[in-house]
Amino acid sequence: MSLLNVENLSVSFNTREGKTEAVKNASFSLQRGETLGIVGESGSGKSVLCYSLLGLLPMPPASIDSGKALLDGEDLLMCNKKALRHIRGNRISMIFQDPMTSLNPYLTIRTQLTETLRLHKGFSKKAALMKAIASLEEVGIADPEKRINSYPHELSGGMRQRVMIAMSLLTEPEILIADEPTTALDVTIQAQILRLIKRLQNDHNVGLIFISHDLGVIAGIADDVMVMEKGDIVETGTAENIYYQTQHPYTKKLLCSIPITGKPLSHQYSLETNAQPLLKLEGLKTYFHDNHVFMTKKQDVIKAVDDVSIEIYPGETLGLVGESGSGKSTIGRSIINLVNITQGKIMFNDKEISTHGNEETNISRRQIQMVFQDPYSSLNPRMTVFDTLAEAISLRVKLNREEMISEVVKLMEDVGLNADQIRKYPHEFSGGQRQRIAIARALALRPRLIIADEPVSALDVTIQAQILDLLLKIIKKYHLTMLFISHDLSVVRYISDRVAVMQKGKIVETGDTEDLFSNPQHPYTRSLLSAIPIPDPRKERQRQIDTSIT
Amino acid sequence: MSTTSMDLEKIQQGRSLWQDALSRLMQNHLAVFGLCVVILLILVAIFADVIAPYSYQEQNLVLGASPPSSDHWLGTDTLGRDLFTRILYGSRVSLMVGVLATSVALTIGVTWGMISGYLGGRVDMLMMRIVDILYALPFTIFIILLMVVFGRNIYLLFFAIGAVEWLTMARIVRSQVMSIRNQEYIDAVISMGLLRIKIIARHILPNIMGPIIVYTTLTIPGVILLESFLSFLGLGIQPPMSSWGSLISNGVETMEEYPWLLIYPALTLSITLFSLNFLGDGLRDAIDPRSAKD
Repeated sequence: MSLLNVENLSVSFNTREGKTEAVKNASFSLQRGETLGIVGESGSGKSVLCYSLLGLLPMPPASIDSGKALLDGEDLLMCNKKALRHIRGNRISMIFQDPMTSLNPYLTIRTQLTETLRLHKGFSKKAALMKAIASLEEVGIADPEKRINSYPHELSGGMRQRVMIAMSLLTEPEILIADEPTTALDVTIQAQILRLIKRLQNDHNVGLIFISHDLGVIAGIADDVMVMEKGDIVETGTAENIYYQTQHPYTKKLLCSIPITGKPLSHQYSLETNAQPLLKLEGLKTYFHDNHVFMTKKQDVIKAVDDVSIEIYPGETLGLVGESGSGKSTIGRSIINLVNITQGKIMFNDKEISTHGNEETNISRRQIQMVFQDPYSSLNPRMTVFDTLAEAISLRVKLNREEMISEVVKLMEDVGLNADQIRKYPHEFSGGQRQRIAIARALALRPRLIIADEPVSALDVTIQAQILDLLLKIIKKYHLTMLFISHDLSVVRYISDRVAVMQKGKIVETGDTEDLFSNPQHPYTRSLLSAIPIPDPRKERQRQIDTSIT
Repeated sequence: MSTTSMDLEKIQQGRSLWQDALSRLMQNHLAVFGLCVVILLILVAIFADVIAPYSYQEQNLVLGASPPSSDHWLGTDTLGRDLFTRILYGSRVSLMVGVLATSVALTIGVTWGMISGYLGGRVDMLMMRIVDILYALPFTIFIILLMVVFGRNIYLLFFAIGAVEWLTMARIVRSQVMSIRNQEYIDAVISMGLLRIKIIARHILPNIMGPIIVYTTLTIPGVILLESFLSFLGLGIQPPMSSWGSLISNGVETMEEYPWLLIYPALTLSITLFSLNFLGDGLRDAIDPRSAKD
């Protein structure tokens, strides 16, 4: 008999627009010491499924239509609130995606850890403290006696997630549910946290449900895998079965969409020997000051970009890679003058554009356009596609209404949007379609250089692939040059001709994509590369064993 | 090109944010009801002397305060004046205060908050400290000073109320502008080189209309009551002129003996307030394309 048995669970949401089935007839079981990975894109119902087990869904609008969830024979769905609260603290624990929002910012780690123990287990103050310190030590926090008195904001993202894990294991639960626990983290930290979760799961012999959109992450951690699409469980099986003998077309599509390391480049670009760089950064420095108007004492200076020199040649795509806080986005924003630079030069087409400007620099600047990360905030919600694109076009050329419409339609077709959607507002589009509109807007000014700042990070993996291919297509069609900024090494490898790796405001390594990926020189590049999860269970497990030895 | 000429025609018909907003507003029954009541009130205020059955200042001391009857629909006040007539005439002053003082507050507040929020930094700091200082000034002293310097004048009163009410509006607008300012679509149009005035008019203003409209509909009843407070101090309108505010404050004094003197003016103000709120909520939803149900 298994620890958790879910049978025919259906959950739906009743909204003004009607009833949406979020989970349809889900059945699965979980044993002690076993890991079940749930994979799916956003909206697939993977989180709803787990939240419904713990009674964490807001009801209404949610309602559980049918099914059972037996924990040692006791139906979780039939429990009253009090019993459920007891189970939530003691027998089932959860780790959430964002450790900043799931820890209370006004209480120390100590209070938050000991509170749980005293409440659920009736520990004395001293015993609770001892246990809390021990658990922090277990999750690999150095100097736990001191750290336990910190507030959440004093810890880094990775540390906070470690604290969350420690907290979830304090009450010795039988089941641990981890909902995208590493999605908000940098890739090197992600690898550490994944190893930690795996180790603790073995030590404590808990059943782990691991929810993720990332097939690479799931490959390393899960014994069994469940693939969800729009509320349906489309495929279940052991990790080996899912990855090596894929049955369902949707799973195949997911696996194919991952820009796998080693995929041959379709657009290998050969550098002309005597080409002049289109964009040249010389010793660029962008510092941020902690600005207090009345403060006269020494200010804190954040060196976001610290002495960076890059050249981008016409027609090439330069990938700029780094973890969060490395200053890669600030470079992009410096180039298009959204932030003021502190020192250095930005030369575009042999003209300096970093100085404030005359008409000529403005015209040069318009030849550089940016595609932003978040397709939900990069389009004005009160403007139709037509208005958004027409506004951009009218900055370049004056057209009458008919010409404008045909120009807008042409742009929309370029980015693969249907012309009959011209009068729709952004909220009527999906994330991927919105990103297409954003790309069209950038194209409207006929730029020569496109700066794409994490353009696919907010998108599901299948949509990612489509947008990347679209970018490649338009670059070819309009002979564009691109600066592609991303934290995701596999995406960068897929799209870039050359890659620059950034760490703490400095470029640590530059090189042709294949050279850099196959033969990284700088230790930081090497650690980044080795941390990418790959969708191959055997390799991933082997690598985890390798790295935990070293 | 895959677009047929028929498609193009359909596309050309177009729809603007404001046309869309109007059609959505018309689908919202509560908002339409609110709009009708507001229009009715305005008409009543304009044609008060035609509709009114009696004179607003003619006293009938023999009659005194009488409860509602077939002669006097809403009763009479302690001096025997017809209450219905006085409410009709009162709506002139009250609606004028409501509209004028609120427009003054709206104009100054939105402009001030917009500049402050958009420019940020030192300009923002300076402008907001000025707001803080004005907040700290005692309101009544400010109005008394104005009256002393410029003499008593009903339009000055409107201006004075507006000059106080804009402070909160400025703060609301500033915080809204600051949050919109951080959206990537603003970065996008800045980097395209769109003129600042166009960025504000096309990208920021439409996106902060919701809170502005809601706050405006809350301000109107607020200033109507404020006028009664000033009239009570002898700074506003003087008897025998009436306003809803002064009718209510008179009604409160005789609440126990002649409750109708409080109930009917208060009811009128409440209905106005509700209608404005319905209309305001309707407008807020209407200008947000996300609330469309198609």
